[in-house]
Amino acid sequence: MNNLFVYLEIEDGKVAEVSLELLTKGNSLAKELDCKLEALALGANLKTVSDQVLPYGVDVLHIFEDERLSPYTTLPHTSVLVNLFKKEEPQICLMGATIIGRDLGPRVSSALGSGLTADCTSLEIGGHEDKKQNKVYKNLLYQIRPAFGGNIVAWIINPDQRPQMATVREGVMKKEYAANANKGEVVEYDVNDFVSEEDFAITVIERHIEKSKINIKGAPIIISGGYGVGSKENFDLLYDLASVIGGEVGASRAAVDAGFAEHDRQIGQTGITVRPKLYIACGISGQIQHIAGMQESAIVVAINNDKSAPINSIADYVITGDIENVIPKMIKYYKQNTK
Amino acid sequence: MLQSKMRFNIIVLAKQVPDTRNVGKNAMKADGTVNRAALPAIFNPEDLNALEQALQIKDTYPNSKITILTMGPGRAAEVIREGLYRGADEGVLLTDRAFAGADTLATSYALSMAVRKISDFDIIISGRQAIDGDTAQVGPQVAEKLGIPQVTYAENIESIENGRIRIKRRLENGVETVEAPLPIVVTVNSSAQPCRPRNAKLLQKYKHAKTVTERQAENIDYIDIYSERPYLNLIEWGVADVDADVKLCGLSGSPTKVKKIENISFQAKENKVLSDSNEDINELMKELIENHTIG
Repeated sequence: MNNLFVYLEIEDGKVAEVSLELLTKGNSLAKELDCKLEALALGANLKTVSDQVLPYGVDVLHIFEDERLSPYTTLPHTSVLVNLFKKEEPQICLMGATIIGRDLGPRVSSALGSGLTADCTSLEIGGHEDKKQNKVYKNLLYQIRPAFGGNIVAWIINPDQRPQMATVREGVMKKEYAANANKGEVVEYDVNDFVSEEDFAITVIERHIEKSKINIKGAPIIISGGYGVGSKENFDLLYDLASVIGGEVGASRAAVDAGFAEHDRQIGQTGITVRPKLYIACGISGQIQHIAGMQESAIVVAINNDKSAPINSIADYVITGDIENVIPKMIKYYKQNTK
Repeated sequence: MLQSKMRFNIIVLAKQVPDTRNVGKNAMKADGTVNRAALPAIFNPEDLNALEQALQIKDTYPNSKITILTMGPGRAAEVIREGLYRGADEGVLLTDRAFAGADTLATSYALSMAVRKISDFDIIISGRQAIDGDTAQVGPQVAEKLGIPQVTYAENIESIENGRIRIKRRLENGVETVEAPLPIVVTVNSSAQPCRPRNAKLLQKYKHAKTVTERQAENIDYIDIYSERPYLNLIEWGVADVDADVKLCGLSGSPTKVKKIENISFQAKENKVLSDSNEDINELMKELIENHTIG
């Protein structure tokens, strides 16, 4: 009872990276809270899920295997979680801030009347004192996220309602096997005890999932462009540099919104979090939402015209100038010096 | 039923938001916090994509009715007028001090009570998320409160036949088409078609559309037009009008609380400042190669 639950996202029997990252974080939070880490697997073809997740320190794995639960649809997954949670009364539930997590999380939170915080960039345990009501709370989940367009950071808590729910984007937390994972318990359920016929009101007619061709998360070098790059055409300069020095091209939200780059390339709180060894920020001013997604880069080079751009304060090298001028020179001198 | 006789009642959930995408230097106060008053209030971008989907249904089934429902302070009536200028039929402003400080759950509760009051609906449609919060929670939570299904991340409503709606969704790495029964809540992505512009005739027709509060505040002396042209009266509802439980509204109805807010300050790293000269760039590339960052 009152344990920490992680909802596992599963496609073709494979547990998503974001879910494994949440298990890693969940394991350390559970240790701090002295509670169990439990995981939820819903879908079809779940045979290998226990092998995939138990090394992350899962104490109890709940399996709901049923053809009708794959592909994901909102209502049956909601019913399973809501009905299980009424029995188990978890204190915390974590989900990926993916399309599935952002569809399922709010539905579950509404049904249970519990609070949910989207797109957290950090989760911590701590106390809280409500002076007005003269109440002291211990061991709450601090759900930390940039807010208001990334201009502030908010610490959100759910003092009274349970579970405390939060979603986190892929790449924000690090993935790591648990140091001393116990042999977790696996519990299998009959899905019919949790869902009703009406839950299958929505049918998936067609589904095309492509493996993303862009691998920004794993790239050791990222050349990233912001609104200051100016146009889709100017982004070609970034691709040129990326192909010469061997990197991937990323983009800020402003650049994606302006149509300069694809959505898959977006780095930041509402995009991908990256930790490359070199991050070259071109024409990026550096709103907190963007910085949240790249601040752990080993070396940051910032190229822009604005000497007071926030990105400069976290950069190792600041180049003041136009990218049209700077990038061709970087290519030229890279080639000269590697001959 | 003949297609021409088919009609749908559509409620568009729209929000007036500060334009957080363009927080310029003049919107920052001396202490580094955002001066919200300096940001323009706009129609939440994805709610405009949602409105376009509603208008397209009305294009196909002209007897359909589109109601804009928005929650906010008095000035949020602007969102309703923007909707009317583009082809919506009427609007409701949900406004009350008791709604202040609502998180997504308390917001969803209030909106769901207003929807119940409107009562006759087939489709509730809104943007996926609002740019001031980026949570994407209100749509699914309204659906849950009403006990009806939801389809999120919609890109296009493909068809409505025999009481089933077919919707194309945009996923992380692909697309999915789903079929769902009515009534339903749909949330729409920015990848959907952009909203049509204001229509000049509708702008003329509705530019004086006001809520009672706005009319009182502006002391409009041509009051007669509001009895002659009832469509200029924008509906304004408070907590009591929608039979909402005050305890479930606003701050008291919000399970999430803000423990603290911090303004952003970055710990400045020591950095090398370079010019765009040949010498400086050459030195940089040499350094990056020598310390094995690249090459």
